[in-house]
Amino acid sequence: MALDPGIVPEGRRTFMQEVIAATPGGDPHLELCLQCGTCGGSCPSGPDMDHTPRQLFAMIAAGMREDVLKSNTPWFCVSCYYCVVRCPQEIHITDIMYTLKRMAIEEGYYRESSAAEAPDFSETFIDFVEHYGRSFELGLATRYHLKHHPLGMLKMAGMGLNMLIKGRMDLKPTRIEHLDQLQAILQKAKELEGKD
Amino acid sequence: MQHKPQEKPRIGVYICHCGTNIAGTVDVEEVARWAGELEGVVVARDYKFMCSSLGQDLIENDIKEKKLNRIVVAACSPLMHEKTFRGACQKAGLNPYFFEMANIREHDAWATDDKTAATFKAKALVEGAVNRVKFHMPLEPIPVDINPNTLVVGGGIAGITAALELANAGYHVYLVERSPSIGGHMAQLDKTFPTLDCSACILTPKMVDVGQHENITLLAYSEVEAVEGYLGNFTITVRKKARHVNEDLCTGCGICIEKCPRKVIDTEFEAGLGYRKVIYRPFPQAVPKYPVIDTENCTFFQRGKCRACQIFCPTKAIDFDQEDELITFQVGNIIIATGYDLFDARRIPQYGYGRLANVFTSLEFERMVNAAGPTGGRIVLRDGVTEPRSVAIIHCVGSRDKNYHEYCSKICCMYSLKFAHLVRERLPDAEVYNFYIDIRAPGKGYEEFYHRVLHEGAHLIRGRVAEVTDAAREPGEEGKLIVQVEDTLIGKQRRIPVDMVILSAGIEARKDSKEVAQLFKMGCDFDGFFVERHPKLDPVATMTEGVFIAGCAQGPKDIPDTVAQGAAAAARVAGLIHQGTVLMEPVRAYIHEDLCSGCRICNNLCPYNAIVFHEDRQKSEVITALCQGCGTCVAACPSGVISGAHFTNDQIFAQIEGVLWDVRAKATAPS
Amino acid sequence: MPNRYAYYPGCSLEKNARAYHISTLYVAEKLGVALEEVPDWNCCGATEYFAIAALPAYALVARNLALAQGMDWNGGQRHLVAPCSACFLNLSKTDHYMADSPQLAAQVNEALAAGGLHYDPGAVFVHHLLDVIVDDVGYEKVQEMVTKPLFGLRVAPYYGCLVTRPDYKHIHNEPEHPFCLDDLLAALGATVIDYPVKTACCGGHMTQISEDTALELIRRLLKAAADYRADAIVALCPMCQLNLDGYQAQVNKHFGTDYHIPILYFTQVMGLAFGATPEEIGIGKEFVDARPVLNKIQEKPPEEGKKRRKKRRDKQALPMPELLRTHTGRK
Repeated sequence: MALDPGIVPEGRRTFMQEVIAATPGGDPHLELCLQCGTCGGSCPSGPDMDHTPRQLFAMIAAGMREDVLKSNTPWFCVSCYYCVVRCPQEIHITDIMYTLKRMAIEEGYYRESSAAEAPDFSETFIDFVEHYGRSFELGLATRYHLKHHPLGMLKMAGMGLNMLIKGRMDLKPTRIEHLDQLQAILQKAKELEGKD
Repeated sequence: MQHKPQEKPRIGVYICHCGTNIAGTVDVEEVARWAGELEGVVVARDYKFMCSSLGQDLIENDIKEKKLNRIVVAACSPLMHEKTFRGACQKAGLNPYFFEMANIREHDAWATDDKTAATFKAKALVEGAVNRVKFHMPLEPIPVDINPNTLVVGGGIAGITAALELANAGYHVYLVERSPSIGGHMAQLDKTFPTLDCSACILTPKMVDVGQHENITLLAYSEVEAVEGYLGNFTITVRKKARHVNEDLCTGCGICIEKCPRKVIDTEFEAGLGYRKVIYRPFPQAVPKYPVIDTENCTFFQRGKCRACQIFCPTKAIDFDQEDELITFQVGNIIIATGYDLFDARRIPQYGYGRLANVFTSLEFERMVNAAGPTGGRIVLRDGVTEPRSVAIIHCVGSRDKNYHEYCSKICCMYSLKFAHLVRERLPDAEVYNFYIDIRAPGKGYEEFYHRVLHEGAHLIRGRVAEVTDAAREPGEEGKLIVQVEDTLIGKQRRIPVDMVILSAGIEARKDSKEVAQLFKMGCDFDGFFVERHPKLDPVATMTEGVFIAGCAQGPKDIPDTVAQGAAAAARVAGLIHQGTVLMEPVRAYIHEDLCSGCRICNNLCPYNAIVFHEDRQKSEVITALCQGCGTCVAACPSGVISGAHFTNDQIFAQIEGVLWDVRAKATAPS
Repeated sequence: MPNRYAYYPGCSLEKNARAYHISTLYVAEKLGVALEEVPDWNCCGATEYFAIAALPAYALVARNLALAQGMDWNGGQRHLVAPCSACFLNLSKTDHYMADSPQLAAQVNEALAAGGLHYDPGAVFVHHLLDVIVDDVGYEKVQEMVTKPLFGLRVAPYYGCLVTRPDYKHIHNEPEHPFCLDDLLAALGATVIDYPVKTACCGGHMTQISEDTALELIRRLLKAAADYRADAIVALCPMCQLNLDGYQAQVNKHFGTDYHIPILYFTQVMGLAFGATPEEIGIGKEFVDARPVLNKIQEKPPEEGKKRRKKRRDKQALPMPELLRTHTGRK
């Protein structure tokens, strides 16, 4: 099977080839998985995943698109890179997890996973970045938690207050000077990626 | 300047189909038809298998009937069948060097799926061969006498086997071993899988044979320093390192060792698990029996005081002034059996070796279970006292991992299963866990041994261990080593607390294997293993005539395979010795002395020191017997007066012109 | 040492990790490291942007690289330093992948062009602050600046994930068990514990997504530090500091534990040894107050270590292999 997604027409790609093609930055070596379990053994949040990364790769190879994109596994990836440096086949596991998150959002499957709120956190975060050029913790915490954990918000409020008292949180976001420039760049990038 | 061929060429061209290997891509009929029209070609044919006897008959008959004086076969690589077709020429009375081969398989049919392009390239290669063969000259192979002595480098089980095979056949062997005793890694092992023979019990009789054999000159604690010459006539220089013990006087009584006041960690034979004296013999059955002084740690050598060994030696054999000795001798063939290094498990810090006391390497464990080892065969933790109640054995340490070695070390699965058996045997109450990616047990009795270990109650967990840690998370983990792994057959991360961890480290090439390869002019692969002439059909020969390889120096292998290679290498050498004389390719350089300006540029460039300079007449000369036909001098000569037989300028230019036939055709074609 | 670095503080250092920012500037000044802030830098996207869109995420990071490239370098090699591990990773990853994949580089630059910018992969050498201090400044220079050695203070060197992993530039060679921070802290006079989870994960953003998961990861780090009797954990990333410090009370509540381990930035610890007052380097802003443990600092080095070395080896014990240290640093 020719795995170079570059030479396989888009409509005829296997699920694995799609995942590889959607992962930029060099060959992610996904097809080389030996099923050794180093990733699943190393993962700090592995016990909370419904499939270990290794299982997910076998499922990708088997073309189980829906099950893969409904899995909570990518959303429990903490981006610690333990699996990446330990993988004996040099698979870009963290990057593949990011790819699966993007695919799950695009195809709407993430709502059925047990980490259905995770994308909202990411989206809220980048919303601030896109509107100010910097992240904004207070805004992020209030907006995201009010939406998903109104009760947890009370718990968080103590910490937030503490942050304010300790001078570790701003009440309003910082805006970069050339926000229009940044927005133009991001807009162009979205167009190029076909996500406008 | 191009010379004219001496006689009118009558060329036969044969295009091989090689089944569909060539004919599937190249239009062989078209190439044959086209070749038939080339100048000087008398007959051109295509045939299913040119290498078959019928194919060879075709050539022979055409030579006789059509009075052919040049033959071209377009088929596979000359490495495969040049000899076959030269033989056919010779049988028909034609000098075999009037033959030329065009490789239209590896260089053409196998390289593309494009039939038009492949057929086009086949024509180019055929025309190149046709043009070249017109300039071929009759040559005679050079007879070389084979010195019946053999050098064997490395005194492990591969070298021991090779040396004994040759010595028993009546030929003299110089066996050179770097460490103070022969025996190699096998001498360190306890039991051998799958039969559980005691390693020392089966090895030491062979070591004794080597020590006593009248046909073996054993040079232990020695290293090969220089190699000169070629097949049949190598001159070897060996540095015999100073033991500081006079071998003529020493009786091997061992009093010096007993009296030596200083102990150091033995990182060699005891794999770091035990101590040895500074004057020492690696192990009691060492061959030769003479001790050696480790000058780097010796109090006398470092501070000028002590002399305990000298004072107590009953035969006055201690010689602090002894110096290294250089020994030179002649051999006809060389067998390299330099073995392997164990992968350094400290390179994988997440397994904790060097940091966590109760993590051991496989070689440490071999020494530990050995009755003659530092613990007397007791399985204990690093404190030397406590018996473990649970043992984890981690497979594939440093193997099957692109971060370290991509290859499988081949022996680890089996020795890890052996360890599981030994733990269960010695400590029946201890739990044993083997962590594996795949169990590889392809050998006689190996799979059965695996089943036996399963039956004995070892826990086999499929998953490559992620880490070994002392960071306890739960009360049950306190004070233990925790092995964290994905149990891939369950699909869950597991943490298994154990007392002892054994790392089944893989095999890697010797650290200095690249230098050794250079010394003996062998090839060395990316991993540092020596390259065999052919991976299937010539596994113990190298690309250098007269240099053979055996054992783990060629690649990871177990004892049976190592012994088989040692014997195979010996058989290859014995065959050459028995022939007495071998015929070498007459591809040699020749200096036209009348035209030589005596500039001497070629003298130092020759990698084989085959060029001498005659001071009296100020001319250089190639010693044919030493020349390997590499062509360096031919290219370097500023006056262009060195020619390489069978690779003359005429031949090469003619071939290039032929290969570029289409360029010429286009240039002359009317536009 | 390069005579100047472009400084990318990142969003955290602006506010919640202000102490890291202050202490970085303090230490840099003492060591003669010239830092110049990248003009009008933007957020690196943390771990969030890559989850939503790939190319915009790379473009977001690349704008910072392009701005750094465009600073006035007088023809010299361009160096960029980030104290935040996540920023460091995103900057070096974008640089690395753009160099590795011409296709990505072309697309990112097409996006940058919409803002009149351009970045040449490899143009800027991206450093984490720790690497600059270890490899460019060096332990010797650090030691020269020590006026108040941290004798008697037991510290856990906590590297977290992203400085030694994935280590695109192969500076560390030891992603699992590094020693450079250990050696740096030892050079300050502190007693450095053999922290077994020194490169384990703090949980990152999991505090927001699955609190149970995050608290467990934080607990592991606190427990190991407590087991090894550390007075403080020394961190080099705002996320690690915030998780270990800000969630410590919640961990105690959740697991019924009672940890009080202050979490300091390595620059704060350096500042202390260089003679700074706690206020000068932002000590006091942490949730678990660090000031009580600072009283443990003694005038003289502790005796304990010396005595142990002299102890004769146990006759029965088997010898231990030597530990391998392979930090190569930047050559």
